Amino acid sequence: MHGFANPARFVRLARWLMPLLLGIGVALAGAALVWGLFFAPAERLQGETVRILYVHVPSAWLGMGGWTAIAVASFVELVWRHPLAGIAARAAAVPGAFFTAVCLITGSLWGRPAWGTWWVWDGRLTSMLVLLFLYFGYIALAQAASGAESGGHEASRIAAVFGLVGAVNIPIIHYSVLWWNSLHQPPSITIGKSAMAADFLVPLLVATLGFSLIFGGVVLARMRAILADSQAEARLRRKAMARGAA
Amino acid sequence: MRETLDPWIFVYAAYAVGVGGTALVIAWSLISMRAAERRRERSREP
Repeated sequence: MHGFANPARFVRLARWLMPLLLGIGVALAGAALVWGLFFAPAERLQGETVRILYVHVPSAWLGMGGWTAIAVASFVELVWRHPLAGIAARAAAVPGAFFTAVCLITGSLWGRPAWGTWWVWDGRLTSMLVLLFLYFGYIALAQAASGAESGGHEASRIAAVFGLVGAVNIPIIHYSVLWWNSLHQPPSITIGKSAMAADFLVPLLVATLGFSLIFGGVVLARMRAILADSQAEARLRRKAMARGAA
Repeated sequence: MRETLDPWIFVYAAYAVGVGGTALVIAWSLISMRAAERRRERSREP
């Protein structure tokens, strides 16, 4: 794992991997969304609104997946002090928050025709909203850590601890539909089995794969940006110190 | 009485949010990456 700790090696890897992930991701997600919009059948009970699922479900998984990535990277940063782990955690925050917001908005757009309401304060919806607020808090903390002239390392550790503690919300989101009475349906897909017909499942899985690759490409682009910013800042600081000493 | 809503309005709105938002996030991440890498190159100049 420490083989990838070298920033120069990471940039060499990201330079070809990022466009590859983005290119394949856009092609797959685009194809799946066209499939879902024009070729997949309407559902017997939900009718045409079932098509919202091809945007909503991948967004929900990536919102939760993004925070899981933050928690794992934060753990690696705290335990092994891996230099790129903190950068990876910070890079996953904005795309994670974005997909959480898309999940909430598209869920609301599905709820209005299906449930007759835009929003209900039930366990699944509320815990997903809490996840969005956790992302906002994490982004603010990580921003403070990168901007701190002194004590930046301490602020980065606080952001990492916040990333780990916030992960307690992930199982709450997952099990909320089982623990509490909810308008939201229980999970249709679990590991190894699915209650969905192949007509709906296949485009959903293709859309999920496509959006996941896009997520990976965006995280690599963010990591390159954060890394380049910190290198530029370190160089400018060294120059300023050298001028001050002269 | 159950109100009748056109489901396609909600479907198109959801796709617009998902596709438009994803395109914006991709564009923002690439533009900010290029800007940061240009800043790093400029910082190398003496």
